[in-house]
Amino acid sequence: MNLKKRAGALNKKLLIGAIIFFVILIVSFAYPPFSKRDPLEMEGMMFEPPSSLYPLGTDNFGRDVLTELIFGTKTSITIGFIAGSIATLIGTTIGVFAGYCGGNTDNILNTITNIFLVIPPILILIVISVSIQSRSILIMSLILGITSWPWTARAIRAQAQSLRNREHIKMAKLNGESLAEIIAFEVLPYLASYIVMAFILQVSTGILNEAAMSMLGLGPTDTVSLGTMLEWALLFESARIGAWWAFIPPGLAITMITFSLYLANSGMDEIVNPRLRGVV
Amino acid sequence: MEKIFECVDLCKTFQKGRKRIEAVKNASFSIGKGEIISLVGESGSGKSTLANLMLRFLKPTGGEAFLDGKKIEDYRKKEYWKKVQAIFQDPFSSFNDFFSVKKILERAIKISSYPSPDPEERIREAVEAVNIRYEEICDKKPFELSGGQKQRLMIARIYLIKPELLIADEPTSMIDAVLRAGILELLLKLRGTTIMLITHDLALAYYISDRMLIMQNGRIVEEGEPQKILEAPEHPYTKKLIEDVPKLSEEWL
Repeated sequence: MNLKKRAGALNKKLLIGAIIFFVILIVSFAYPPFSKRDPLEMEGMMFEPPSSLYPLGTDNFGRDVLTELIFGTKTSITIGFIAGSIATLIGTTIGVFAGYCGGNTDNILNTITNIFLVIPPILILIVISVSIQSRSILIMSLILGITSWPWTARAIRAQAQSLRNREHIKMAKLNGESLAEIIAFEVLPYLASYIVMAFILQVSTGILNEAAMSMLGLGPTDTVSLGTMLEWALLFESARIGAWWAFIPPGLAITMITFSLYLANSGMDEIVNPRLRGVV
Repeated sequence: MEKIFECVDLCKTFQKGRKRIEAVKNASFSIGKGEIISLVGESGSGKSTLANLMLRFLKPTGGEAFLDGKKIEDYRKKEYWKKVQAIFQDPFSSFNDFFSVKKILERAIKISSYPSPDPEERIREAVEAVNIRYEEICDKKPFELSGGQKQRLMIARIYLIKPELLIADEPTSMIDAVLRAGILELLLKLRGTTIMLITHDLALAYYISDRMLIMQNGRIVEEGEPQKILEAPEHPYTKKLIEDVPKLSEEWL
């Protein structure tokens, strides 16, 4: 009965969020291989309004905005995913060890986390980006990933701390299990839902950070992303000219992706945390 | 009587910022082989900290403890836990909910000092010994079991490992009064294993133990046979504890 109630709560937010996200995901990943158009090819005139040839018009270089939008979404989601994975991996590892081991391990890891927390990531991002000659998708993701893990570490650490004194962990110790076994079998399974939720938020943080970096001119150099589309639209003053098709589609795409991810995350939060549903 | 466990001036102080909390102060006592000894005190008196010291979950800040005459720090932890095991109070968090009962007991058998050709048969014996049908629960996960079943499973785990010393930390305080008698009987069936029972329940301690230790504010204030402690308590705290028990008779069950 309880499970049914949970499943009932599952559908709305999580379902809507997941559907929006997967539609965007499928379109942006399934279309490019079949596309006859190259997103970087300059076909038309500068800022041509939407027409049958260019459904979303052209940008400042005369490139088809729709093609750019789909390819850019793919780039942005890819960067978000890789950056999110890296951040979640680092954050979870540090958080679990700090929270579970406690004592000096916790002090050291927590100090490192705090140092990373107080340095604005955008500064590190700018410094790293400027010092690297060419920025591929992978390097962008790496930069974004290694600067955004601290809050995941914080959240996971708090959860791991609350598990530390649970009796099944004492029991596992009494079974003579090693630290690795205890973390793998007694700690991580209980944190799985938090890790997935943190991962979802990290993906959307990655996408937003990519856009922010690109608008500063520090985005990926050899490809088109939602951020670089906005960057060019900004540089060529599309808003003043009235070429809304140059900046609204990528802006909307970023908004929809992050909105759907946040929605899915808050849906999951309600499943894991019944108090938010108003059940308890 | 031959001593199995002894501690001398065992201390544990926690340092939290500027606050010093002396959880255990100069605890000295010994436990004889085969004895059932109970440690009685109110919540916060340091009982569980003492248990954690004895189980080596915590390091003492002073004093020494010996198992079979050898310092407990000199044992490798795995070796130590072969000999010293525990039962905890909260049946709801004491098992990993992601494993089946069978798997949980298989993991416990690894520490046991009695290797066996047929582990499943031994698990079955242990489970049946605590009056649960093995087929009924072997594939269930802990969250599908009742509190009483879990507590009995915890005892089955002890049957499986056969430690020399068992530390039972409030084994009955979180289950129904009706189920208590059954759990206690199962514990008593372990006779041969030395048991240290930690409880706040004076009546229970009186009923079950050979000797009692009374603990207050981290200090062991009185020690003796239950009869003597109840009839002629020396320490004012013990007197107060006895007065606080509503009705004390062997009919409490």
